[in-house]
Amino acid sequence: MTWRAILTTSAVVAPITAVSLDIFGYVAKVEGISMQPTLNPTGESDYIFLNRWAVRNYEFARGDVVSLMCPNNPKQKIIKRIVALEGDTVKTISYKNRKVIIPKGHCWLEGDNRNHSLDSNYFGPVALGLITAKAKRIIWPPTRWKEIEFSNSIGSDRLKIPFANDDDDDDEDNF
Amino acid sequence: MEPAIYEKDVLLIENRSVIKEKLRKGDVVIVKSPKNPNVLLCKRITALSGDRISGLFSSKTIPRGHVWIEGDNSRNSSDSRNFGPIPYGLIQSRAFYKIWPLNDRGYID
Repeated sequence: MTWRAILTTSAVVAPITAVSLDIFGYVAKVEGISMQPTLNPTGESDYIFLNRWAVRNYEFARGDVVSLMCPNNPKQKIIKRIVALEGDTVKTISYKNRKVIIPKGHCWLEGDNRNHSLDSNYFGPVALGLITAKAKRIIWPPTRWKEIEFSNSIGSDRLKIPFANDDDDDDEDNF
Repeated sequence: MEPAIYEKDVLLIENRSVIKEKLRKGDVVIVKSPKNPNVLLCKRITALSGDRISGLFSSKTIPRGHVWIEGDNSRNSSDSRNFGPIPYGLIQSRAFYKIWPLNDRGYID
């Protein structure tokens, strides 16, 4: 192949690839233990497919595992589970308020590894606009292909059912 | 954003400043609304993280990784005075030049 052929091919392929990755998604390596045991249960990194197409309308369900820009540091990408959506009331683990009502356009995220996760318990409700992709599938290692659905019921104990009888409503607070 | 920018104006935007984190106080930026990520807002950055914003009775420091945005038309603008500081990650691009209407074209400052 001539240099010219290589250059012209790259000039066509590079933008198409970049746009495809941006619109459809890409594979990423999961670092850290904050999503154990769902991801990286043995400490060895899972590779997952980050689906960008699935977030194009910002439609989410409780239980979705998503990647997002960290609110304190936009250069850092983190992976957490959506525990609550706007309007829900959440019983927090280590946040400054015991209960939080999630504002419009926001959600509450937590890592599955409760005590080893930097999540909404630290930085509060997160604007949906920071979410970049949904993670639904583990791509590698092949032995983990079986676990392709993340359980949607993880985290349902964190929600306060709005019509349950409750005496301690006085410490509810907007964030 | 009146009188700097009116509805139906056409602007040139760039995202290099956003990616390189070279945005400054006074820049006009396009951001995803914290109330609805499907909506884009055009506002001006009036304070960066670490700066202090003083209201009537109290003053607030902008947290790390956040900015404070306000519309120029303060009487009719839903902005950080309404929804608080926004995370930097919501900023999409910076508007730097108005190309339409022609009699009002020029660099945005």
